[in-house]
Amino acid sequence: MTRSARRTRRMLRTTGAGAAALLALSACSSSGEDSGGKAGASSSAGGPDKLSGTVNVFAAASLTESFTQLGKDFEERHPGTKVVFNFGGSDSLAAGITSGAPADVFASASPRTMKVVTDAGDAAGTPATFVRNRLEIATLPGNPDEVASLADLTGDDLKVVLCDKTVPCGAAAQKALTAADLKLTPVSYEEDVKSALNKVVLKEADAAVVYRTDVRAAGDKVEGVEFPEAADAVNDYPITLLKDAPNAAVGTAFIELVRSAEGRKVLTEAGFTAP
Amino acid sequence: MTDTEKNERPPAEKTPGPGTGVPAAGGLDARLVVERGAFRLDVTLSAAPGDVVALLGPNGAGKTTALRALAGLVPLSGGHLRLDGVELDRTPPESRPVGVVFQDYLLFPHLTALDNVAFGPRCRGASRARSRAQAAAWLERLGLAAHAAAKPRRLSGGQAQRVALARALATHPRLLLLDEPLAALDARTRLDVRAQLRRHLADFEAVAVLVTHDPLDAMVLADHLVVVEDGHVVQEGAPSHIARRPRTDYIAHLVGLNLYRGQAAGHTVRLDDGPVITTAEDLTGPAFVAFPPSAVTLHRDRPTGTSARNLWRCEVAGLETHGDRIRADLTGELPLAADLTTVAAAELDLHPGAAVWATVKATQTHAYHD
Amino acid sequence: MTASPETGAAAGPRTGGPRRPRPLRGGAPLPLLVPALIGLAFLVLPLVALLVRAPWTSMPELLTSTEVWQALRLSLICATAATAVSMVIGVPLAWLLARVEFPGRGLVRALVTLPLVLPPVVGGVALLMALGRNGVVGRWLDSWFGLTLPFTTTGVVLAEAFVAMPFLVISVEGTLRAADPRYEEAATTLGASRFTAFRRVTLPLIAPGIAAGAVLAWARALGEFGATITFAGNFPGRTQTMPLAVYLALQSDPEAAVALSLVLLAVSIAVLAGLRDRWMTAS
Repeated sequence: MTRSARRTRRMLRTTGAGAAALLALSACSSSGEDSGGKAGASSSAGGPDKLSGTVNVFAAASLTESFTQLGKDFEERHPGTKVVFNFGGSDSLAAGITSGAPADVFASASPRTMKVVTDAGDAAGTPATFVRNRLEIATLPGNPDEVASLADLTGDDLKVVLCDKTVPCGAAAQKALTAADLKLTPVSYEEDVKSALNKVVLKEADAAVVYRTDVRAAGDKVEGVEFPEAADAVNDYPITLLKDAPNAAVGTAFIELVRSAEGRKVLTEAGFTAP
Repeated sequence: MTDTEKNERPPAEKTPGPGTGVPAAGGLDARLVVERGAFRLDVTLSAAPGDVVALLGPNGAGKTTALRALAGLVPLSGGHLRLDGVELDRTPPESRPVGVVFQDYLLFPHLTALDNVAFGPRCRGASRARSRAQAAAWLERLGLAAHAAAKPRRLSGGQAQRVALARALATHPRLLLLDEPLAALDARTRLDVRAQLRRHLADFEAVAVLVTHDPLDAMVLADHLVVVEDGHVVQEGAPSHIARRPRTDYIAHLVGLNLYRGQAAGHTVRLDDGPVITTAEDLTGPAFVAFPPSAVTLHRDRPTGTSARNLWRCEVAGLETHGDRIRADLTGELPLAADLTTVAAAELDLHPGAAVWATVKATQTHAYHD
Repeated sequence: MTASPETGAAAGPRTGGPRRPRPLRGGAPLPLLVPALIGLAFLVLPLVALLVRAPWTSMPELLTSTEVWQALRLSLICATAATAVSMVIGVPLAWLLARVEFPGRGLVRALVTLPLVLPPVVGGVALLMALGRNGVVGRWLDSWFGLTLPFTTTGVVLAEAFVAMPFLVISVEGTLRAADPRYEEAATTLGASRFTAFRRVTLPLIAPGIAAGAVLAWARALGEFGATITFAGNFPGRTQTMPLAVYLALQSDPEAAVALSLVLLAVSIAVLAGLRDRWMTAS
């Protein structure tokens, strides 16, 4: 029950990335066959860069929008390649990789989860931090409750949701609260950052402490409020090629794109900051 | 053949009670019209308190529908229903003073015999203790006191039937309906239960209507028979009268008579399709002639010197054992059923297809007006 | 899944004695036995794997943690409450579907089963949109009665009932269809109103079906995750049921998650086995 159920659930839960995750899962099942076939076809066609086949990228849920964009760019630049994403909670992804999931690239939302993979000896080389993410308060559109600081969230009449301590955004929020010496009782510890954000999008909660990228991605459905304590809880996002990557060449090329100026531009637009 | 008969009750044979169509001060006065697709039931019933009326008819004749209409379980499409002078047409079943004994009793399987019987009084407002006391009295009266605590599945068929009767009676109905009350019983229990039921029905002070396809049940239990065929009453009257003077083949068959219809002229009745039967009665006009199969004598050769006035040439169509006798179905000049002893059948070397002569004495026939 | 053999016997016409199928003597035929055993293995193997991989050494520590007991207690309370809610409104609904002819009955029956096919998370979102603070109905509950359901224990019960009730309705409706409606007629001729007939005759007759449906609903409610976390959120002691605790434990400590799953499994098996002996086999 544990693994498959967990994966399915995770897939269903990342509401924002539901479709993408579905795609990723269905592609996963036939990735081996796919990459083989495409590699052959591509080499006979004599592509200019010799890159071909499917690359499987396991990426943190918060990277959904920007990585999907980068994936498209990559496929355009290298015809014959296909980037398949599996977006999810970094912990679940790390657990999947250490259990032998066929992934080429792992982009995690926290060094801690990356450490799980490196400790297991599954990473090829040393992971590199490619972006940072910082927390922001997501409020209802127009900020009707006039939230201006983390301290404003501690009022009794506000319904605030946080991420659970077990997921990176929750751990970061705790860190920020501790730094500010604040005690905040939310109505719910959400299981991931998208769920926390969705509670505000659906107007069930008045505010959520989430990543700036998530606030950006939600557009005008929420309003972001920056707070200084967020600086104490910046999240590094490491990325690495995996040791057992079925398609290491394309994986490496994808990582290069992510770390290039162009990649950084897409990521910065999404709200990430440079390392 | 039955058109002239339906809904008409010959006044001579009527059991004591109000006449048809005359508003009854007490008892049942009903014309039940139920239309369901192509089937139409149109039955007129009336009975005085104390009467036991049997609705007799073949399967599918509409007897059970009539019973359900009386109980209010199917709505009337037309007609009327009065009980003790009160209109019940629009009264829902739970408010009718009607008790029903269903064919397979429908005792509530989760309740004891006592609670089954107490169900009615309880629903009609008695306290739990009081309804149980009443139920206990009814069980006592029907000889079931020892089984009060038993669940229905622990009861024998006969006991279950009596519990069902007690349950129906416990609400003090002014109309008691019994749907094939003995059909679910085996032959031996049936005899016992029939006798007991007859006693209980005789004691019952209001109207009882029972539905059955078994003429014996009808004759033993009821003092007035209503024969229903295809949704209509084809004959009614006292059981003895119907047994003697059947008016349809179905009834004749039920009571075991050969029945013919024709034009009487003196001591003969010319049947519609040719043959003539000599009878003891002196009648003129449309008439029935009936005689029992036992009145028929069979001969292998044309009999000479017989005093029998009726002689027909027939052929054996079929043979079957009927108790200790053989029933021969004959075709030919006159289709008829004949009963003879096994010995006689052997002596005559009867077999299907055998040619025989049948004689019937005029004194053993019975002619009556149409 | 709908009518147990006992139901059939109780509902059918009286036939003298209870007839129960006797177990086959001798061997079962191979074409049945082999797939049956494969089926059993398929269902049991993952549980066995859980047992094999369970961190037995850390079990005592887990079992003494207040958070676990809190979540377990909340799970049992909410699943039971959700089952009760399902029974109170689900049994009449099943009766309506089984006994009353009305236009569009087929469609209504399909709608009732909708939560079965709806991914639970979507069910949770749908509940938010209906009963949430900003929901179609919820906004009135909020402004008129000051009643908010999301992030409350009541919300957990509602989410679980939403997902679990179809099991009960389908089970009870099947039993009702198999039950002889003439018992209700018999009751009305004895003076019972239609409601009394239902309460005193039909309900006891279909009790085994209700029990079976309730057990199914309870089990489904106990394991409910998606609709619960979406509609009611996750707060220890208030809305964090065992499945939520298990899921979050998976994020950081898979071993603890396995252990928690085992606790949930053990409790539910104990309860279900106990109920089965008491309810389902009682005549």
